[in-house]
Amino acid sequence: MKLRVYLTFTSENAREPIVWKLGRDFDVVTNIRTAEIKEGMGLMGLEIDGETEVVEAAISWLESQGVHVEPIEQSVIAG
Amino acid sequence: MSGSIVRALKCRECGQEYKIAPTHVCEFCFGPLEVAYDYDKLEGKFTRELIESRPQTMWRYRELLPIDGEPTVGVQVGFTPLVRAHNLEKALGVSELYIKNDSVCYPTLSFKDRVVSVALSKAVEFGFETVACASTGNLAGSVSANAAAAGLKSYVFIPHDLEQGKVLSAAIYGTKLVGIKGTYDDVNRLCSEIAGKYDWAFVNVNVRPFYAEGSKSFAYEIMEQLGWQAPKHVVVPMASGSLCTKIDKAIKEFTRFGLVENAGTSIYGAQATGCSPITRSVKEGTDLIHPVRPDTIAKSLAIGNPADGYYANKVILDSGGWSEDVSDDEIVAAMRLLAETEGIFTETAGGVTLGCAKKLIEAGRIPRDESIVVSVTGNGLKTLEAIEGRVDAPSLIGPSLAEFDDLVKADKA
Ligand SMILES: Cc1ncc(COP(=O)(O)O)c(C=O)c1O
Ligand SMILES: [Zn+2]
Repeated sequence: MKLRVYLTFTSENAREPIVWKLGRDFDVVTNIRTAEIKEGMGLMGLEIDGETEVVEAAISWLESQGVHVEPIEQSVIAG
Repeated sequence: MSGSIVRALKCRECGQEYKIAPTHVCEFCFGPLEVAYDYDKLEGKFTRELIESRPQTMWRYRELLPIDGEPTVGVQVGFTPLVRAHNLEKALGVSELYIKNDSVCYPTLSFKDRVVSVALSKAVEFGFETVACASTGNLAGSVSANAAAAGLKSYVFIPHDLEQGKVLSAAIYGTKLVGIKGTYDDVNRLCSEIAGKYDWAFVNVNVRPFYAEGSKSFAYEIMEQLGWQAPKHVVVPMASGSLCTKIDKAIKEFTRFGLVENAGTSIYGAQATGCSPITRSVKEGTDLIHPVRPDTIAKSLAIGNPADGYYANKVILDSGGWSEDVSDDEIVAAMRLLAETEGIFTETAGGVTLGCAKKLIEAGRIPRDESIVVSVTGNGLKTLEAIEGRVDAPSLIGPSLAEFDDLVKADKA
């Protein structure tokens, strides 16, 4: 499965080498498409490619690190 | 005349262009795609006379809507009243105020019928037989109804704890209604996975670029109804922020074609305090939108991580406008004010818009002596629970004239 997500970092976790750890600990291919850090908040557009279960475990791990993970299709739900 | 002037889907971030297809994200940078037109092809052909010769629906502006042929869904949508609000002018102490009243938009009483009719007409052109959306209210009803009328199958996803009224008013159209047990984020994630897996036209996902263009008709109508003039000030409710950006696009298009003169229109955003990520970004002077967890009675505007927030922020500031937010009490007060002065019953989103307009006027952000349009985008019958216990209960009397006389005396006192 290839998942496209936005990761939002806060000032607490913005300095951590999270994408490096992700690639080291999970058998996934990561591809950064866009990244921006401003005013203590970071935003990264990331492609994560791998076996479905591994990608899902990687997402859970990211969330456990305090990273907000949002599918590229953000706000699918509307009013 | 046909001859579509739609050129491509264009990335709003890197400018990369894509062939027209049911897709919405740039392959290079993940930026959102927007419909781009070859306006030059329409030079001299898109005139007031041509538009006025057509039926009074949103499709009278069809050259600037992204479908190739005749519309097949929502053919009757649009051309809602623009009301000169004399009583409200007095109440607010302003000289020229209008309500654009989409609380009576056909067929499901919100401006969502505009976006849905474009999305579904385009879905039919693409050859889809099933359409879908995830929604907390107005979009659900509009997709269900318009799909039914067009003979399309539809799936509508809702959070499992939605109010009865909203559930029933989508279910009645025979849509496949799916309640999802989970948080708002869970619903979002599941639906984006569903949208990726099933070959459906997901109005707010893969056909979003086309869907969003439908909002422009709201502003085209305002300008025509003002006698081919752009207003000086427009106040717009924001959830994802899409409507706000499309009002700006519509005014620029009409100005480009000489249909209206450049009035230097300022655009003002309106949100509920309990879900105001875009307003907060404007007030704090940043273009970063910090996601929030919504907590407000204005459920139709309760999007904590607005997809078009960044662009709405830009439109507001570039146009010389501002953004405001109002509490739940202020929302209800504004709903009452509109009903009592103009006889228009709007839903909570309309209360947000008028409430913010009032605050912006009082703060001197909107001048009292220039034309102001307040965008009323939904109907009060859909959010009755918001006013329950907040308006006067009926006076109870026996079936006796004497008791009624007493009541009248008490009223006079
Ligand atoms: C009644 C009403 N007004 C305004 C909006 C705002 O729409 P947008 O997502 O384009 O900002 C919505 C939709 O969510 C709505 O239901
Ligand atoms: Zn791009």
